[in-house]
Amino acid sequence: MDMNTIAAIATAPGEAGIGIVRISGKRAVEIGDKIFKGKRISKLSDSKQRYLNYGYIVDPKSGEKIDEVLIVYMKEPYTYTTEDIVEINCHGGIISVRRILEIVLENGATMAEAGEFTKRAFLNGRIDLSQAEAVIDLISAKTDISFNVSLNQLEGSLSKEISVLRNKVLEMLAHIQASIDFPEHDEEYATYQQLKENGEYILLKIQQLLDTVYAGKILREGLKTVILGKPNVGKSSLLNRVLRENRSIVTDIPGTTRDIIEEYVNIKGIPLKIVDTAGIRETDDIIERIGVDRAKALIDKSDLIIAVFDASSNLTKEDMEIIKLASYKKSIVLLNKTDLNNKICSQDIKKHLPDTKIINTSMITGTGIEILENTLKDMFFTGEIKIKEDVIVNNVRHRDQLLKAKENIEDALSAVISELSYDLIEVDLKNCWENLGQITGETIGEDLIDKIFQDFCIGK
Amino acid sequence: MKGSQIYDAGNFDVIVVGAGHSGCEAALASARMGMNSLILTMSLDSVALMPCNPAIGGTGKGHLVREIDALGGEMGKNIDKTFIQSRMLNTSKGPAVHSLRAQADKNKYSYSMKEILESEKNVTLKQGEVTGFLVKERKVTGIITRTGARFNAKTVILCTGTYLRGKIYIGEVNYWGGPNGLSPAMYLTEHLEEYGIKVRRFKTGTPARIHMDSINFSKMDIQPGDKDIVPFSFMNENLTKDQVPCYLTYTNLETHKIIMNNLSRSPMYTGHMESTGPRYCPSIEDKVVRFSDKNRHQIFVEPEGLDTKEMYVQGMSTTLPSEVQIKMLRTVEGLENVEIMREAYAIEYDCIDPTTLKRSLEHKEIEGLFFAGQVNGSSGYEEAAAQGIIAGINASLKLQNKEPLILDRSQAYIGVLIDDLVTKGTNEPYRMMTSRCEYRLTLRQDNADLRLTEIGHSVGLAAKKRYEKMITKREGIEKELERLSNVKITPTDEVNSYLKELGSSPMKKPTSLYELIKRPELSYDNLHTIDKDRDNLLKDVKIQVEIQIKYEGYIDKQMKQIEQFKKLEGKKLSKKLDYSIIKGLRLEARQKLDKMKPESVGQASRISGVSPSDINVLLVYLEQQRRLKSRGEKDD
Repeated sequence: MDMNTIAAIATAPGEAGIGIVRISGKRAVEIGDKIFKGKRISKLSDSKQRYLNYGYIVDPKSGEKIDEVLIVYMKEPYTYTTEDIVEINCHGGIISVRRILEIVLENGATMAEAGEFTKRAFLNGRIDLSQAEAVIDLISAKTDISFNVSLNQLEGSLSKEISVLRNKVLEMLAHIQASIDFPEHDEEYATYQQLKENGEYILLKIQQLLDTVYAGKILREGLKTVILGKPNVGKSSLLNRVLRENRSIVTDIPGTTRDIIEEYVNIKGIPLKIVDTAGIRETDDIIERIGVDRAKALIDKSDLIIAVFDASSNLTKEDMEIIKLASYKKSIVLLNKTDLNNKICSQDIKKHLPDTKIINTSMITGTGIEILENTLKDMFFTGEIKIKEDVIVNNVRHRDQLLKAKENIEDALSAVISELSYDLIEVDLKNCWENLGQITGETIGEDLIDKIFQDFCIGK
Repeated sequence: MKGSQIYDAGNFDVIVVGAGHSGCEAALASARMGMNSLILTMSLDSVALMPCNPAIGGTGKGHLVREIDALGGEMGKNIDKTFIQSRMLNTSKGPAVHSLRAQADKNKYSYSMKEILESEKNVTLKQGEVTGFLVKERKVTGIITRTGARFNAKTVILCTGTYLRGKIYIGEVNYWGGPNGLSPAMYLTEHLEEYGIKVRRFKTGTPARIHMDSINFSKMDIQPGDKDIVPFSFMNENLTKDQVPCYLTYTNLETHKIIMNNLSRSPMYTGHMESTGPRYCPSIEDKVVRFSDKNRHQIFVEPEGLDTKEMYVQGMSTTLPSEVQIKMLRTVEGLENVEIMREAYAIEYDCIDPTTLKRSLEHKEIEGLFFAGQVNGSSGYEEAAAQGIIAGINASLKLQNKEPLILDRSQAYIGVLIDDLVTKGTNEPYRMMTSRCEYRLTLRQDNADLRLTEIGHSVGLAAKKRYEKMITKREGIEKELERLSNVKITPTDEVNSYLKELGSSPMKKPTSLYELIKRPELSYDNLHTIDKDRDNLLKDVKIQVEIQIKYEGYIDKQMKQIEQFKKLEGKKLSKKLDYSIIKGLRLEARQKLDKMKPESVGQASRISGVSPSDINVLLVYLEQQRRLKSRGEKDD
């Protein structure tokens, strides 16, 4: 069957202190050797099999230590997939597993498709025949979910940027292709100079995307969190406090405009994506700004709500609206302004939101912030709130594809610079185009030929 | 149809209907494989007729001709015999896309092919219009001609070209007719439909032919042929011939004005022709309308042969009325006094949906009935011939109870052509282009013999002489590659100064010739000074050696992709498979697979609407079935 080596995160993110990255295939041990520095052994291949080795994952490119791990390798055929398997046990949460998976992919593995370990296990005879249907279910169900997530994630600016890049590549391809297939036409086909300029532009753009959206240390994903509260209740102070104390990691994709922006913040190792409206700090009222319907839609897509109430005044109609919205999702309630005279107490909220943790805070004195952060952490590690696994998987996949596209365009550029023949340049360009297409889910078809006939007046 | 009385006219192994480019290859292939073959044509004066452009080959198409030749076909040999100009295109763009094209002497091409058919031992060539075919229990048993002859055979290959209910359009005038003033075939379509074979209408067009003496060539650019002629056939070496030039001129704004003013008289624009035409062969109306910012379009004036003064006006295909045609041509430089001998016309014809065929080109529902050429929705002489030879081979293999010959996408352009047609179908007359081919660095026109002659020989088509010639070439290449990696050149002053002369950096340590050839500025030929022991090798061998060394990295990468590709191609799917019971396939995939009945998982993956996860589901299902079966066998 497929001889390529696959890798994936084997554990659900966030639910445990340990995360596992699994690699299966012929090159599993070789990849392990490249990225693992042991305490007792220098190479993974020196280890006994089925023996847990202590050491570090090190990015061979930068020499950076990524995480302290336990690593084990199991020799084929006595493994789950019947292939060589390497498993890396690292710190749980997201950052570590994700970074390790990225490095594994950079060093020769391919991202496993949905259900692929199980598929291999079955095709290689490891799983009993009676399980065949279950395997099929797994493949089709997982694919459906990740497909949806993938599309959701790509909605909007990012997908647009990749489409634009892909079109650029297509244009280059069409130029080359048209000049090859219709050599006698007096059309203006691309020169090496033009190919070089276009190629450099594409490379630059891909690099920018990698540096921002998919940078290794930056999390694009996180608990999607919405802060709700009536005007002047202290939402902006909360945001500012959290952002100040926990360095804001990323803002947004450069060069795009949306009326909702996202703040990424890492609280006690838990990535939070705080969904913010462009004006939240000015008008201080998300509902007023975007309307109840859109607020609801936003809440639907979120993982967590932080609802803020003013302890120094009675609950208003607006507050009741917010309580209702908060009841749809996992939420944390902050009773703010406790440094002033309290008019309401936690019992008043508890009546409406019985399962919600309520914290007394003061943004002025900083009371309760520590409790809020610990609450978040607890909820995350007990699995009460979680990030959708597929979001992470897809981000790693997209980054991997983008890295490949970058390599392709670099190869094409070096072919252009040494003025190699068009038939060779085309090979790398086509790969670049396909890799970008896999991110946006567009597949190859007649696109190229359509483009040729659309742009050039050719034919006999 | 009312016809004459049916009489028994004889028994054959293979009957080929139509003697165009696909019919000729089909009949010759089956005859050479030992099958008693009948080939029928509407007119014996139109065997291997070239009713459109007077050229064979070109980008992608040149590859097809070389492949047909490598398998043991006739097209390459026949054009080598009858060409009047030859050119290798794309020589600056890399060996993978070098494409050979030759201007043909049309009449000689046709007569010469007719003579070959007449002389071939197992071929019977007859004039006659086929009006029906006979089917018993979904198996073909023979055909009937308009004059009542019944010929019996277990296999029939339909190569009807553009003849089926052909209709000619010139301006406001239209009438039933075949190409080049010939008669259409008006009856066979009905018969196809009776057997549930649906037809659709495609169209194509051809420009006017003009009289040589009415052209002022001094106002045009002359386009000569190549000095060194590369033959199409691997059996030919060192062809020399006096060549005839082509000429280049341009349309201008005056031409475009006349066209725009008369658009309403072009049936394509008035909606009188609704059929689909090829995009790569746009009419001049189309070009002027769609690319209105262009002030001129190229026109190539090409000779149609040595014994005729007719010349072909490439670039000016049109459905404008006769009167407008002459006006518009006379605006072109060099054509001020031009006389039209034949008007430009469009032809509309019936063709079938090729997805109803297997990759062997046999119909999925009617056993023994094969289709090849333009009737399958392709266009071009070369595309037709390529299908013809495969249909001829597979009809013969079927009669010999052997597995059909399927060339896949990694083996040949022919494989790409047929797979595209039968797997993806086509919405316009399909033309081969190098961009359709995924593995074109390995599928070059220069190595078609190395790729295919062994296959042609093993099915009994490529003759022994051809096979041995290829083996000698292959061994020569292997030996030389080995020698080049073994011979190490020592970096003496003499050697380094020679390298410097060639613009290459000096060597520091002994280096093999193989490594040296890899340097972009060096070549096999220019290293002869420091490679004194080399034998004088055949040109073909030198070319292969150089390409294999220079492009090794790219070729290796492609070979890996081909390996991946072959894995899915190797997973066969039974045509009895009921996709509706496979849980986990998406609805669209289920329907498409049920309709198409692909032959392998690889082919299934190329059907539009079948996703990668559907393919995974299929793989698991196949493994489940395989294990169930082997369990069942154990139980027995």
